Amino acid sequence: MIRVVIAELRKLRRPTLLLGTIATVGGLSALFTSIIFLMIDSEDGNSRRGESIGPEELSQATGLVYGFRLVGAFLGIVALCIFASQTAQEYSLGTLRNLLVRQPSRMKILAGKFISMKIFALVMVLFAGALSILISFALAGRAGVDTSAWTTSDAMELLFKSTLNIFIATLCFGTFGMILGLLLRSPISAIAVGVLWILILENILGALIKSTGKWLPGFNFSNLGEGGNPSLSYRHSVAVSLAYLIIGGAIAAVFFKRRDVAN
Amino acid sequence: MEKTAISASDLTKIYGERAALSHGNFVVPEGSICGFVGPNGSGKTTTIRMLLGLIAPTSGTATVLGESISHPEKYLPHVGAMIEGPAFYPALSGRENLKVLAELGGFPLSRVDQLLEKVDLADRGGSKFKTYSLGMKQRLGIAAALLPNPKLLILDEPTNGLDPSGIQEVRGIIKDLADSGTTVFVSSHILSELEMICEYLIMLREGRVIFSGRTQELLSGQKPIIVAKPEYDVDLTNLAKKLTDSGFNISIVDGSLHIEAAQEASATINRMAFETGITLASISVVLPTLEETFFEMTGDSK
Repeated sequence: MIRVVIAELRKLRRPTLLLGTIATVGGLSALFTSIIFLMIDSEDGNSRRGESIGPEELSQATGLVYGFRLVGAFLGIVALCIFASQTAQEYSLGTLRNLLVRQPSRMKILAGKFISMKIFALVMVLFAGALSILISFALAGRAGVDTSAWTTSDAMELLFKSTLNIFIATLCFGTFGMILGLLLRSPISAIAVGVLWILILENILGALIKSTGKWLPGFNFSNLGEGGNPSLSYRHSVAVSLAYLIIGGAIAAVFFKRRDVAN
Repeated sequence: MEKTAISASDLTKIYGERAALSHGNFVVPEGSICGFVGPNGSGKTTTIRMLLGLIAPTSGTATVLGESISHPEKYLPHVGAMIEGPAFYPALSGRENLKVLAELGGFPLSRVDQLLEKVDLADRGGSKFKTYSLGMKQRLGIAAALLPNPKLLILDEPTNGLDPSGIQEVRGIIKDLADSGTTVFVSSHILSELEMICEYLIMLREGRVIFSGRTQELLSGQKPIIVAKPEYDVDLTNLAKKLTDSGFNISIVDGSLHIEAAQEASATINRMAFETGITLASISVVLPTLEETFFEMTGDSK
């Protein structure tokens, strides 16, 4: 399986994908973090849904990871697209037959792909986090934010927890994309269905019938990234996310293992 | 008894109500070059995919290098294959594409450059696959198939898109491999190519194996044609009448008589022409080509 991971990493580190992803997540991280600090006095707010976050709040330990947490939700969507396209393209390009001739164990191929994409997602999350923190430090003075609490052990613990939660959420979104890629076997279809579901359909469903929100995958994946919130506990989101991913993953794995490779 | 590289017994694949391959029985002797021919949709690629473990047979069995196709992991490390044209990652270079497969199969990366050299792609190994011409893509596919230094090489239409010199190179590669003991199982629609290099042939039609054996056995089973050309065109009809009256089945093609008869009949025909006062400018025995035999057996028109 290690051979599969190494081979998959070679594909993932191609400049168009790696640099493109780094540029995208770097751009998102820089944009969201900068908005928080540069628009701190804006009447239109400087956070999600027009919320205003002032210097006092940002001067606390949580201020260190505020920008990073904000960008976390978007990292999930990026991961969904990458995992879905990297899986489905093996069918659409016809390369799956080459992979299976060189590594006949389909489960090893699947596991190797998943591990390599996990590594890719980790790099993506760490880069986005590091850039957000650098920008936060760089812009804090200008925004009148005191950073002395950002270097305490509490802040470091918070940084570790946030990174872990964002990584877990990113993996959940990515795995969701991978399942769609395996089932739909077309990168465009898998990405379209995944993004439409997460960004549009879940929001419509949640708005129409509020109680559905806590049972939808996207809401729960995002909640994991935020470390839980008062209306939706972290533990609940772990259980719901696991249920979706285990059932979906099992169905996709059975299809992948048994389906004829006829293209 | 000859050792077999591939052996199929009642191998069947059914999609819905259509049998892509029905009760296929054939063997490919070890160390041979075996051609796999049949019209489009006759089941060639389905058969190759079953042999490579990519699709499961509906019924029947087969062995590859002595192992059942239900355990492809036991024989695939020794098999090189190019199926239905080359499929690679467009954004990776030819070299990177081969490295992906070398890493996956656990082959030394040093083989990649050797193979790029072998298929004449060393200069373009660093270019992205999507910039390759059809012939270059095909050559990269052959290089990928050669990665494991295979005991069995399965090639599906390897000369598609190649120019004449490319075709000659592929023919040379196949012959060299066969000389070193590799079994080559090759499907192609260029039957003259297969006739030149294949000692064995398997012919398919509508999912059924209609011939499996030595190429020579197939061709020698076909009736030869004796082509006789009189010195003067005016003698053509006289000679045709004389031969028809003697019971020969003849046709006139491009100023020559084509007579369906055994090779030994050429002396009789020459004598009959002489007795009628006709001088033959030439008389020769022509064995049917593989292409002619193929069309006759499959019932397809050219």
